[in-house]
Amino acid sequence: MSILLNNSPILILALPLLAAFLIPLISRINKKTVGIFAVFVLLISLVLTILLAVKIISVGPQVYVFGAKSSSLTLPTGLKIPIRIMFQIDAMGIFMGLITAMVSFLGAVYSLAFIRKREGMDKFYSLLLLLTVGMFGMEFTGDLFNLFVFLEIASIASVALIAYRGTDFGEPAEAGFKYMIVSTISALFVLFAIGIFYGEYDLLNIAALANMIKYSQLDKIALALLLSVFAMKSGAVPMHMWTPDAYSEAPAPITMILVAASQASLYALFRIIFSLYNVHMNTLAVGWIIIIFGVLSMFIGVTMAIVQKDIKRLMAYHAVSQTGYMLLGVGVGLAVLSNPIALKDYGITAFEGGIFHIMNHAMYKGLLFLTAGALFFRTGTRNLNKMGGLAHSMKYTTIFFIVGAAAIAGLPPFNGFASKLLIYESVYKFNPLLSIIAMVVSILTLASFVKVFHSAFLGPKLPQFKDVQEVPRSMVFSMAILSCIIIVFGLFPDLIVKNLVHPAVMALVEQVKYTGTVLGGM
Amino acid sequence: MNEMSKIVRTVANFVYGFIIIFGFYIIVHGHLTPGGGFQGGAVAASAFALILVSYGTINSQKFLKKDILSLFESFGLTLFILLAFSGLGITFFYNFLANSGNWFGNTAVIGINPGDMNTGGLIPLMNIAVGLEVLSALGVIVLIMAKAAEFTKKKENS
Amino acid sequence: MIDNLPYIAVGLFVGLGVYTLMYKKNLIKIAIGVCLIENGVNLFLITLGYRKGAIAPIYTMAPSGQSMVLPTPQALTLTSIVIGIATTALILSVAMMIYKHYGTLDTDEVRRLRG
Repeated sequence: MSILLNNSPILILALPLLAAFLIPLISRINKKTVGIFAVFVLLISLVLTILLAVKIISVGPQVYVFGAKSSSLTLPTGLKIPIRIMFQIDAMGIFMGLITAMVSFLGAVYSLAFIRKREGMDKFYSLLLLLTVGMFGMEFTGDLFNLFVFLEIASIASVALIAYRGTDFGEPAEAGFKYMIVSTISALFVLFAIGIFYGEYDLLNIAALANMIKYSQLDKIALALLLSVFAMKSGAVPMHMWTPDAYSEAPAPITMILVAASQASLYALFRIIFSLYNVHMNTLAVGWIIIIFGVLSMFIGVTMAIVQKDIKRLMAYHAVSQTGYMLLGVGVGLAVLSNPIALKDYGITAFEGGIFHIMNHAMYKGLLFLTAGALFFRTGTRNLNKMGGLAHSMKYTTIFFIVGAAAIAGLPPFNGFASKLLIYESVYKFNPLLSIIAMVVSILTLASFVKVFHSAFLGPKLPQFKDVQEVPRSMVFSMAILSCIIIVFGLFPDLIVKNLVHPAVMALVEQVKYTGTVLGGM
Repeated sequence: MNEMSKIVRTVANFVYGFIIIFGFYIIVHGHLTPGGGFQGGAVAASAFALILVSYGTINSQKFLKKDILSLFESFGLTLFILLAFSGLGITFFYNFLANSGNWFGNTAVIGINPGDMNTGGLIPLMNIAVGLEVLSALGVIVLIMAKAAEFTKKKENS
Repeated sequence: MIDNLPYIAVGLFVGLGVYTLMYKKNLIKIAIGVCLIENGVNLFLITLGYRKGAIAPIYTMAPSGQSMVLPTPQALTLTSIVIGIATTALILSVAMMIYKHYGTLDTDEVRRLRG
């Protein structure tokens, strides 16, 4: 048992990787068991992540060095810089890791019943496990080039999953092509920036680089490249064009995991800005750039969402809009990072709102995409004009949709209210206009979800849907777990903020603790 | 793709063995000379492309079967990750065979020497696993693209 | 000036690649543009490791007292080339799927998803 816990940073990644490679061999023997095998492996990953989270929050950041004589030997004898690849997990990394573990486990359970194509099942589950490995790797690593490799693994696996239905229909192939070009260009420019760092300082480890960085002209070029490219990967306006196509044409459980993958890119952006640069750069200017990305995303996302007819495309535009909330909260915190009085007054609260919103968004947006998938599974269409009166026959789906829609609009007993209130309060003290824009966007979000609820669920029972029943049990199980998490987070937000979010925010803000874990002398 | 003339097919028969042997040489000597798993696998997969071009798509399906290549690819990948797991007593990816006197365990001599193949530890084994995987994966890619080209040509001509 | 020639070549590669991505309409030409940018970035990584008057980093038959080029960028470039093969194969496969369903490879006509 203790060998599991000591090696748990790597076992969370290596067990799904081993399972992804074994699944083609298992499917030659028996085709039906690959889904259950994938669910079992992801359950083990989830349990190990929860145990690791408890250990990190109580003890401190963990380091795992590959191939060394002991797993925390970061500086080999006689050297002053770390030379091996390592995983460095602090409270922010394990926060994102919990989201990834929960979302991929529930996605795999949902797709046991949702995927009905019988010949490519082993490739689907293998790619799902590879996407999970890529996301975990991005969130746990402490090395810049390792970040690039896992970013590429995640984007290649997600393109193949988006174009999964492309053998029968044409639109998923088009969406997959657009997403592939965008993510390949992003990854190549990340590699260019890593090359700039290596040429200047001869180091690739994030903590060692953070110790030595001076804000020279080349570092400014690298910061501009990394900022724009990671914002493009997470779906911020004006680089959001791939989001509606990719999210609407993927199968429903894959869309939920893709939302978590976009948030992993957002995490990589925050890691670069806070743990690599921190106060060496001009935090007011970069903070205002992030605030402008956030405000544009919020506004353009929600106004494009109101006019949509396709239910998943509408929810994809809402995903763009909610990413704007996260960027707004963290941008306000970044803009006052050099100012200790303002930081203690409202900066930390803005950070907490933005980071807490990441977890809330993954939960309620995942639930909404799963209910859209349930509607598509039973009725065969995604067009809101053709649906109607489904609340008579699909009672559980209606309840879960109400929970999700209330959470995204920010109504009180659900978790959206907690994080949005933190953002409104702290942003108001920084600049009142931004807070007013955020509140108007929230009202428009509620309006568009009332439209969806009315056209899909209310009304008389339509004749073409007269033998529609409730969705199978594994799909109801996934949606029920997400609803319980939303309700629990909404009723007790104080516990979550104090135990999970505040250590994560402190781990981002204090750069000295990040470098001290690796270079010793902590 | 149609098959090519008798001269091309005869030369391809003759050269195919040499290309595969050269690819395996690059894979196995990866810890001494430039090369390694991926480079050797790519060279050996070009032999499959040579067979595909010179014999045509339909005739080479009898010789290169997609299912068997896919099976080899999974074997190569599983072997790689199991080798990485085998050092788990100390850390993941720990090279427990290096400098230990067993299989591949001699210590490398520093200075001018012709290179001892018995050194390196786990590295030559991982090279072989990766080489097997790259060989099969590139072969599968080339075969499937050729089959899709046949399908498209049939659709365009009809 | 002669030492900066590889960096000028990197700039040309990336510039030509971005021009191809923006102005060409055939899907295969877009894939070639991505390939050009990738070659430019790989060249950039290799050039970073060069030291004047140094030889290849293999110590098997090396003369003593000789400096060597840095081997780490070579490992990074090798990984990047392998990833490049996987992405090029995937882009071309998705382009083949688009041709099967739409019948054309022109981006002005592959536009069923809009709005």
